[in-house]
Amino acid sequence: MSIEVKNIRKSFGSFVAVNDVSLEFPGGELVALLGPSGCGKTTLLRIIAGLEGADSGQVLLEGEDASDTHVRERQVGFVFQHYALFRHMSVFENVAFGLRVKPRSQRPGEAQIRKKVHELLSLVQLDWLADRYPAQLSGGQRQRIALARALAVEPRVLLLDEPFGALDAKVRKELRQWLRRLHDELHITSIFVTHDQEEALEVADRVVLMNQGRIEQTGTPREVVEQPGTPFVADFLNLDDHGPAWLVEAKIRHRGYVLHAVNELDKAA
Amino acid sequence: MAAAAALHAPASPLGHFDYQASPATREADWIRRTLLVVSLGFFAFFLLLPLVAVFVEALRKGWGTYLTALTDPDAVAAIRLTLLAAAISVPLNLVFGISAAWAIAKFEFRGKQFLITLIDLPFSVSPVIAGLVWVLIFGAQGWIGPWAAEHDLKIVFAVPGIVLATVFVTFPFVARELIPLMEAQGREEEEAAIVLGATGWQAFWRVTLPNVKWGLLYGVILCNARAMGEFGAVSVVSGHIRGLTNTLPLHVEILYNEYNFAAAFAVASVLALLALVTLAIKTFIEYQHARAMAATSEEIQ
Repeated sequence: MSIEVKNIRKSFGSFVAVNDVSLEFPGGELVALLGPSGCGKTTLLRIIAGLEGADSGQVLLEGEDASDTHVRERQVGFVFQHYALFRHMSVFENVAFGLRVKPRSQRPGEAQIRKKVHELLSLVQLDWLADRYPAQLSGGQRQRIALARALAVEPRVLLLDEPFGALDAKVRKELRQWLRRLHDELHITSIFVTHDQEEALEVADRVVLMNQGRIEQTGTPREVVEQPGTPFVADFLNLDDHGPAWLVEAKIRHRGYVLHAVNELDKAA
Repeated sequence: MAAAAALHAPASPLGHFDYQASPATREADWIRRTLLVVSLGFFAFFLLLPLVAVFVEALRKGWGTYLTALTDPDAVAAIRLTLLAAAISVPLNLVFGISAAWAIAKFEFRGKQFLITLIDLPFSVSPVIAGLVWVLIFGAQGWIGPWAAEHDLKIVFAVPGIVLATVFVTFPFVARELIPLMEAQGREEEEAAIVLGATGWQAFWRVTLPNVKWGLLYGVILCNARAMGEFGAVSVVSGHIRGLTNTLPLHVEILYNEYNFAAAFAVASVLALLALVTLAIKTFIEYQHARAMAATSEEIQ
């Protein structure tokens, strides 16, 4: 499903979090909202989900204005940075939650719920953890359960807020490659928020760079790396050649690494 | 995943380290003994002695007198009224407390700080005032008193007044217990529930309430203990009519003032017993809670 936001503005007191942002997310893509903390990317994501109301502007889901649609009717899947798993429920019940709260007329039977939950747990390769509680899982496992839970209601869009932000570097790397593969399987329109350039460039089909509530540049990872549109983008992606010699050298090395990563991605595609 | 497991394993809690076992952290013998004697002595004198005294005095004249004092119609009426007041005020404060805590912890609105202060009011005003306000409102010279009298409604110096005073005095217990708990848990789980299609009602029953159930039980127990034991506020509105508007604490006072010490202590022992049962339930709940916590936080190795 395609998502479009038009002239979205949102301020908290005197702080303008999102300043007149318009964007289009074509169906089936995996898009990264990339920017430093406080740039408004999470707020924009929450506005798309309906968890936050915009001061002005529109959110269009599949061409239809969703501004008056309640969160629970938007059919979005949302994955929280700190997972927000229901701590008093087993992994199984967490994933089953979305099915159990459906109105009686649409609610699947117990056998169907069971089947669906186990399918999803196999999809995230954690079927063996069904009876555990969230506190008994590692961070990476929790995040995958959160994803399975979000997918249970067959959302039209998947929104991920800093999905790997709370994980250590090694697990983060594994999980983002796994997310990419999962997206290639499911082809569900997905937006994920991150402040990690490498993560955005490696995983996303398209990158939206944000700064101080505005959009700096939109493009494929290759485009934003090869032709940074603004000094901010160049600086944030670590591409400018300013600074002391040792730093420039390091940046050039880093850029080589980034380009290498993008090339690898092209080869894989 | 090995790295992740190591990273997320809880650091070994300090409580498990036995300071006394290690010479590096052990205090000198005489310090340890002095501390132990002083604290145990204090504990025995201020907590244990009064409790023992109540039961010793109650049984001084034997079981016969004890049972007579308890089966006296006025005493039975007092026990019944005390239980009735608790049975009405605890459920009311359960509902009020949950709603107040829910509003305060999960939503932002104007006057929130004022509401929090207001909830604490019954803790900060003297119980006498807590009783007096109801007399001022519903008494013969009060605001609503004449109207109530016209409609043959007895509020002050009757059971409704006692319930009102008890509700007022015990209001903060449930809310105070829940607010910090709910604030610490944040809104994310409810948001997750709503995004997954739950209605507000479903989110509350399936997510919010189960997450605070232990704190809630604890608040209810404290509220109940206070409801049964409240003296000051209830004393003002009760009118001390024997067999009609006397609660257990008031009945104890009356008996004591009549130099009927054995009966006074006998009734007091019932109150003490109710308190002990309440504490036992509280301890049991804390134990269950600790076990539940230990079971869920046990880490996979």
